[in-house]
Amino acid sequence: MSSLSRTDVEHLARLARLAVTDEELDLFAGQLDVVLTAVARVGEAPVADVPPTSHVVPLTNVFRPDEVTPSLPRDAVLAGAPAAEDDRFRVPRILQEEA
Amino acid sequence: MSTDRLLDFDEVATRYEPVIGLETHVELGTASKMFCGCSTTFGAEPNTQTCPVCLGLPGSLPVANEAAVAATIKIGLALGSEIASWCRFARKNYFYPDIPKGFQTSQYDEPLCVGGHLDVVVDGETHRVEIERVHLEEDTGKNLHVGGSTGRIHGADHSLVDYNRAGIPLVEIVTKPVPGAGLKAPEVARAYVTELREIVQALGVSDVRMEQGSLRCDVNISLNPVRAAEWGTRTETKNVNSLRSVERAVRYEMRRQAVVLDEGGRIVQETRHFHEDTGSTSSGRSKEEATDYRYFPEPDLVPIAADAAWIEELRAGLPELPAARRERLQQEWGISGTEMQWLANAGALGLVEQTVAAGATPGDARKWWLGDLARRANEAGSELAELAVTPAQVAELAGLVEAGTINDKLARQVLDSVLAGRGGPADVVAAQGLAVLGESDELVAAVEAAIAGAPDIVAKVQSGKVQALGALVGAVMKTTRGTADAATVKRMLEERVLSS
Repeated sequence: MSSLSRTDVEHLARLARLAVTDEELDLFAGQLDVVLTAVARVGEAPVADVPPTSHVVPLTNVFRPDEVTPSLPRDAVLAGAPAAEDDRFRVPRILQEEA
Repeated sequence: MSTDRLLDFDEVATRYEPVIGLETHVELGTASKMFCGCSTTFGAEPNTQTCPVCLGLPGSLPVANEAAVAATIKIGLALGSEIASWCRFARKNYFYPDIPKGFQTSQYDEPLCVGGHLDVVVDGETHRVEIERVHLEEDTGKNLHVGGSTGRIHGADHSLVDYNRAGIPLVEIVTKPVPGAGLKAPEVARAYVTELREIVQALGVSDVRMEQGSLRCDVNISLNPVRAAEWGTRTETKNVNSLRSVERAVRYEMRRQAVVLDEGGRIVQETRHFHEDTGSTSSGRSKEEATDYRYFPEPDLVPIAADAAWIEELRAGLPELPAARRERLQQEWGISGTEMQWLANAGALGLVEQTVAAGATPGDARKWWLGDLARRANEAGSELAELAVTPAQVAELAGLVEAGTINDKLARQVLDSVLAGRGGPADVVAAQGLAVLGESDELVAAVEAAIAGAPDIVAKVQSGKVQALGALVGAVMKTTRGTADAATVKRMLEERVLSS
């Protein structure tokens, strides 16, 4: 059961901003297909009487009060940035946006 | 910058019907962020209000801010929405530097509030705007584009990002499509955002300052030929950040799309940007180019299950909402719906209400705020509320006129001094000796002296030349150095000269 096409992988790669070669597209399509097939076996479990859930713990309404706690020092924050300028994170030019 | 050709607005409505839809983002006024304890203070030094959670550092875990959830439920209740008994957060995945995590925590298939409506009045006609949903999410960081001459992305070499805003709770209120507004669509859109802003303000959950971005609007517009079975393709104009711009954006898109359709063209479903300076829109990214956000339930946050007791507690704590308040005040003050609309549009409602509470009559309060004060605010280019005079002082001023201590002319002079910071009305009157003379002994004496001193004029008046009375009025005003009320003096003279 082949469910993932080469085009699908190309689309996913683009969404994830990954540069993938033609050879890799074939390779990953095959590999991901195996992964999907393995995961699809979950669908064979007899779960007609089990309600769908997105969370594994039976908890709701875990809140924090609206109280301010200390933030990180800016030096520490920017130390983790690949580049910084004027106390801000410096990022490459953003394309395809407003003109 | 725009080269769009536009159809005359009145002509658009002869051939097309617009359908509008609005997505409004309200930044909540909580002290801390949505999922962490970082401060939300506006205008702080860049990147001083961030932590591992809002920066999306590995291993950090978000916890929802209870006050933000409560505020969202309040907005839903005010709009008549159903509050979900069970809902969850979802990750909206996309790459853009203003979201450090690589996704925005939002809500997707299970919003906190569903349905509801908001009625708005335009030119005496009520338009019902149905609400689709109200959901809770987080705001993004702020980009500063460097290198381009305009500060915009186009031509920029690189961008600088400040994450202070990233993670501030953001409520998105989405309307259902609103058909049937016709030529009034631009005003209906504006009236909706205005009313929504007032509701949020009355709830006290956000300062809703459009100029600071705590209320932002995306405007969807499509046109279809009159009586067509289907709606047209819509465009979405992003970040329309003033009430006036909401109206202008709808108007512009209606005129632009009409020309395209007139020529047999096709409207492209796309994001457009609004330009404040020209009032025009320009094409942004095209939606047809697959925005695939791969939403999935946020595993790090447990579902919200608002129980009935909490919802009822929040409902019981709702303040009087703007529409109900306007109706109550309109009845209390005995004014027309149109007059009420003027007051609301001028932003004078609260001021008039407080002035009345401070003892002025509704008529006097309206007269001052919509008259002299509105003119002064207009001249100064400021809001009424920003004038350096309090409702209590306006009531005091009206009281001084009412008591005959000063006349309208002197009252304006007193007002000038109050606005210039020289103290309250009574202080100004005392300090500058501005009080008019009532029918005091002093004034009676002055009137009688004038009559006694000019028998020839009295004779003229009595023989029918009533206008000769002016000379006597002038004499009294001179004696009293202008502190008498001319109308009072005239009346007193008439009583004595004409009835004798």
